[in-house]
Amino acid sequence: MVQMTMISAIQNAHDLAMEKDDRVVVYGEDVGFFGGVFRCTAGLQEKYGKNRCFDAPISENGIVGSAIGMAAYGLRPVIEIQFADYMYPAYDQIVSEAARIRHRSNGDFTCPMVIRMPCGGGIFGGQTHSQSPEALLTHVAGLKTVMPSNPVDAKGLLLAAIEDPDPVIFLEPKRLYNGPFDGHHEKPIVSWSKHELGAVEEDYYVTPLGKAAIRRSGEAVTILSYGTMVYVAEAAVEETGVDAEIIDLRTLVPLDLETIETSIKKTGRCVIVHEATKTSGFGAELAALVQEELFYHLEAPVARVTGWDTPYPHAQEWDYFPSPQRLGRKIIETLEN
Amino acid sequence: MAEQVSSYPEIAPLKLHVPEPGCRPGDTPDFSEFEIPRAGAVPKPELDASADDMLDLAFSIIRVLNKEGEAVGPWVDDLSPDDLKQGLRHMMLLRAYDTRMMTAQRQGKTSFYMQHRGEEAVSCAFQVALKKGDMNFPTYRQAGLLIAGGYPMEKMMNQIYSNEADPLHGRQMPVLFSAKDYGFFSISGNLGTQYIQAVGWAMASAIRHDSKIAAAWVGDGATAEGDIHSAMVFASTYKAPIVMNIVNNQWAISTFQGIARGGAGTFASRGHGFGIPSVRVDGNDYLAVYAVAKWAALRARSGFGPTIIEYVTYRAGGHSSSDDPSAYRGSAEGAAWPLGDPIERLKQHLITLGAWTEERHVQAEAEVMDEVKFIQKQAEAIGTLTSGHLPSGRDMFEGVYEIMPPHLVRQRREAGY
Repeated sequence: MVQMTMISAIQNAHDLAMEKDDRVVVYGEDVGFFGGVFRCTAGLQEKYGKNRCFDAPISENGIVGSAIGMAAYGLRPVIEIQFADYMYPAYDQIVSEAARIRHRSNGDFTCPMVIRMPCGGGIFGGQTHSQSPEALLTHVAGLKTVMPSNPVDAKGLLLAAIEDPDPVIFLEPKRLYNGPFDGHHEKPIVSWSKHELGAVEEDYYVTPLGKAAIRRSGEAVTILSYGTMVYVAEAAVEETGVDAEIIDLRTLVPLDLETIETSIKKTGRCVIVHEATKTSGFGAELAALVQEELFYHLEAPVARVTGWDTPYPHAQEWDYFPSPQRLGRKIIETLEN
Repeated sequence: MAEQVSSYPEIAPLKLHVPEPGCRPGDTPDFSEFEIPRAGAVPKPELDASADDMLDLAFSIIRVLNKEGEAVGPWVDDLSPDDLKQGLRHMMLLRAYDTRMMTAQRQGKTSFYMQHRGEEAVSCAFQVALKKGDMNFPTYRQAGLLIAGGYPMEKMMNQIYSNEADPLHGRQMPVLFSAKDYGFFSISGNLGTQYIQAVGWAMASAIRHDSKIAAAWVGDGATAEGDIHSAMVFASTYKAPIVMNIVNNQWAISTFQGIARGGAGTFASRGHGFGIPSVRVDGNDYLAVYAVAKWAALRARSGFGPTIIEYVTYRAGGHSSSDDPSAYRGSAEGAAWPLGDPIERLKQHLITLGAWTEERHVQAEAEVMDEVKFIQKQAEAIGTLTSGHLPSGRDMFEGVYEIMPPHLVRQRREAGY
């Protein structure tokens, strides 16, 4: 075991994947010589050469489109979109191409590739460095969408994503890169150095896609969370003293419905929390699934705590970001229902 | 709308410039300003020449066949009379297949079709210049790549009919083929996306120290897409082993090529900003297309990087079976097109060589049509879109992912499969 940040865990996953499989190539804006603006690919070019890790032009559609061609050739590209907010020029390539090539060619061509994107807020990034666009990706047939919340999962899930035969969107909550963050921005920054989920196996391992993790067992209410909101949920539960079960979904598509069902059958209550805007957010899908599958087990309406339906703000960051207090109030409300 | 007044009265008000084609319905076509160099007049650069060494070639037109049907000049290549007869046969097969499939669409046997009339030389001759293992990233108007590559025509028809033997199991619209073993990438209905993918494929070949090359295809209209710009940046930066083809058939549905080209003289000249060697070729001259394709392919394979080729040709038919060109272009324009018909021109060349006759050609037309009809009967015996024997609804759920995830399994059951 080595204590790692999410950055070093992701870097380590790249390193092990490149060592194991010479078809793995890594590129993106500032990814090569510099090792990425968040340093997730540091040292890879030096170790594996420019042939396998290099800088790309500022062209997200070019990065994704070229990776699709490489995957069709037989490589395993792992590419970085510098911020998820920059994904949109590549959206056509992701939605109409990467996600569809296996199906439309009846398996003649496939697209095994990983598109990594730092996502989410909490860093004063304003509307172009803070977005959580997961619902725009989970809506697309043919994609898998993953969002780890800690170094142990980040490494295992990234290695699983690289092994996967289909395109995987790998969303990295950037506020978690250096430490868990529970929404208490006024408190000192916490690092991964003492966190149990910062203790990472040095060897190669995979964390299977499509499996949620239960971060806290409880009886009173189920909280469905992922990414940064896992820690916001932990803080809210601690502060309200409610015996909640906290599920970290880890993979949004394919979704681990079984774990969700087992939990809600036990608690009878469900609060969903995500950073992304509310309308047509992934929480809407979760709420719909919960009522479709578990209506007669529910003792209260399914509740959602999300970012507001506004562009992600700069100065008003903490008004937007779902706080432990906001989530806590919703948990209490759900229990009182 | 009230006339807007200039914000500064002393300055003449601005006007929006919207280019117009020369020949709308009712107009007489006039190609007098369309400059066509003599066959054989354009020099052939060395393989390792730079973009700067051949700037003129992006504004001229490489031609091999002259008016007398002779092959002349530095671009005359090594095609034997038998090779040329094979090329003629490919183009005739493509035309006969187009004719039958357009009719089949009109008869309601499928939903949609796109023909190649007038552009047969481009894809048929290009394919001959490639090696096995090379990969085309085509548009919907390059079926000649498949025909010249020996892909079974019955499979193409099965795909068009979406019948039980459709290699794509009914998932794609007609003509959006995929044939990896024949160097033919899955066609997208979204325009231009394949251009940058082709560059990525070519980069992968270089990353693996392979010797295969990619060929990207796009029409004049879709060159305006951002993916084309990105493709040129990437191809230039990484010196990708690729041939970047632009088929300028003058029309993007109803929009003439000037709307995509803008103020640039030619589409080929787009390459100059990227330092990519760029040439134009007579797309209706089988020998010229072959020679230029072979030269560009060899450049790519030798590590000299990308080449842009603009094929100057004419879309003699409608955009698709859903299109009626008489609504937007002069009906006489096709007949007045100064570069002629590719089949007719290769036929004349073979006659000039003494390897072909008018009588033999008429006979060959009938033979080719019989062959295509026979294949069509076989395909229709399996089924058409309206006769039944379609792929199962179950097929829709297969292949979205390699392993079907639980939510799709549930939905498939709900759909009754």
